Amino acid sequence: MWFAVLAGAAGCYALKYVGSVIPVHILEQPTVKKIVLLLPISLLSALVAVQTFASSQDLVLDARVPALAAATVALKFKTPFILVVLLAAVTAAALRYFGLAV
Amino acid sequence: MNTIQNEWNAVRRQIVGNAVSIGFAVAMYGVSFGALGTTTGLTIPQTMALSLLMFTGASQFTLVSTLASGGTALTAVIASWLMGTRNAAYSMRMTPILKTSGPGKFVAVQLTIDESTAMGLAQDEEAFQGRASRLAFWATGLSVYLLWNLATFIGAISVSAIGDPKSFGLDAAIAAGLFALVWPQIKSRTDLSVAFGGALIALALTPIVPPGIPVLAAAMVAVIVGWVTSRRLS
Repeated sequence: MWFAVLAGAAGCYALKYVGSVIPVHILEQPTVKKIVLLLPISLLSALVAVQTFASSQDLVLDARVPALAAATVALKFKTPFILVVLLAAVTAAALRYFGLAV
Repeated sequence: MNTIQNEWNAVRRQIVGNAVSIGFAVAMYGVSFGALGTTTGLTIPQTMALSLLMFTGASQFTLVSTLASGGTALTAVIASWLMGTRNAAYSMRMTPILKTSGPGKFVAVQLTIDESTAMGLAQDEEAFQGRASRLAFWATGLSVYLLWNLATFIGAISVSAIGDPKSFGLDAAIAAGLFALVWPQIKSRTDLSVAFGGALIALALTPIVPPGIPVLAAAMVAVIVGWVTSRRLS
């Protein structure tokens, strides 16, 4: 695990550093600019989907799904981050505690 | 002269105040990150090393949740790099404003993240010969660095104390936390289609390829859509 931690950190620092030394025109290219903007959106959305519906390599519907639905409603009402997270945790924990979902 | 000094004092107070509040807001994510790190099997020092050395929240969450879903170390590392590409754009934008040289530059590079860049760019670049922009960047970067790491530590040690993370709904909390990160980034129809495209590809691939790969494959959606839409514009 130390490999992942250190290699990940080194690469992320390198990316920050690269931006301070490369010629401006490369990152100013519309295609590069657009991709850099869209990358976090596609990766984070994929992570949300996997964190919600996947259990190792199986797709499942469990307490995480209603929890995410609750979080979605909270986000629509511009609820602060910590409350969104807590609401999801409490929803899933309660459904499991009362045996309504796994 | 005095009026300028007074004006600067007022601006300075406001900037530092904002920087501290941003630090506390981000600390909320930090606690969740610390908790997530130790839940997924990283030790407390490893979780702390991510916050101290990587110091870019979305990449940290990505690395840890890829590992949590059973991905290999390599896929987790690559996913965290892809997530960190936007920091290159940030530091490109900030470098001419900061004008730091020597060892200070390496610190500035490390502090270049969403929040410090946004605060730096939110100031009038010309104001007080650029001092406002520079102060906003440094104050926000340092405040977030300090509080993010403190919060990570609190989250990491408190989870070690509780039992089964699922009974506390921590797995759902992770999904919701990631969702809250991506939500404000979706501003257009293109963004929305990239979000759905990435999610669907990841789910479609989940049963057939090893964990971690589905998320990396989702990056292709951003590359293809980014390429096609910017081509159409020009």
